[in-house]
Amino acid sequence: MQRTYEIMFIVRPDILDEDLDKLIAGLEANITQGGGTIKSTEKLGRRKLAYTVKKFNDGNYVLFTIHADGSLVGEIERRLRVSEPVIKFISVRMDEEEKRVAKIKAIRATRKKLSAQPAATPAAPVEPAAAPAPATEAASA
Amino acid sequence: MADETSTPSAPSTPRPEGSGPGGPGGRPAGGRPAGPGGGGRKFFRRKKVCKFCVEKIDAIHYRDVRLLQQFVAERGKIVPRRLTGVCTTHQRGLARAIKQARNIALLPFAARY
Repeated sequence: MQRTYEIMFIVRPDILDEDLDKLIAGLEANITQGGGTIKSTEKLGRRKLAYTVKKFNDGNYVLFTIHADGSLVGEIERRLRVSEPVIKFISVRMDEEEKRVAKIKAIRATRKKLSAQPAATPAAPVEPAAAPAPATEAASA
Repeated sequence: MADETSTPSAPSTPRPEGSGPGGPGGRPAGGRPAGPGGGGRKFFRRKKVCKFCVEKIDAIHYRDVRLLQQFVAERGKIVPRRLTGVCTTHQRGLARAIKQARNIALLPFAARY
């Protein structure tokens, strides 16, 4: 069962750029070999942490959006836990949330159409009703 | 997300921002002093509205710290619904997103003083 996940992790700040790229490439290779597909990889750059993690006060954030099995995500998590430069990670399942949002958007789109239609109709009958009224007055006078 | 990295003092900024974005919301800051006082009848109080319903924000994502910070108090607590006016459904999603953001060190569990 393939599902969409987001895996975000923090790499220690004193890592060199090429080592970081190597680490990301290694993880990407792991994901593709395990039968998953990578939707996007984002390096969010260096950011200050909200609290101290392993005596570090800032870290390099990396975000993966992947399409994979639950077991593969477990495997990636294990690798992240083992790999020394990674100080923190989180994996979040996204597909149900995406489905929910898509549903809301679809509902909203249908509602807009309904509200647009009745607004056009009441304007038409006003003009013929207004026209005969002065005509009758003129005739009686 | 990238522009947030430009603010180097992230843990210190939540404090002014925590009280500040209460202001742009209007309702959280306005409701807070009047709430404990209890004299609700005398003063005109604007009806609180859910920010997520009004602005049609469907997905509350743990990554947009700017949005989440508006609903976190100075010390890092999640601001209750009665103060912010967020509807039940969105408060639930919001709480979840804040907790996820805390786990990945985007938001503090408890801000230091």
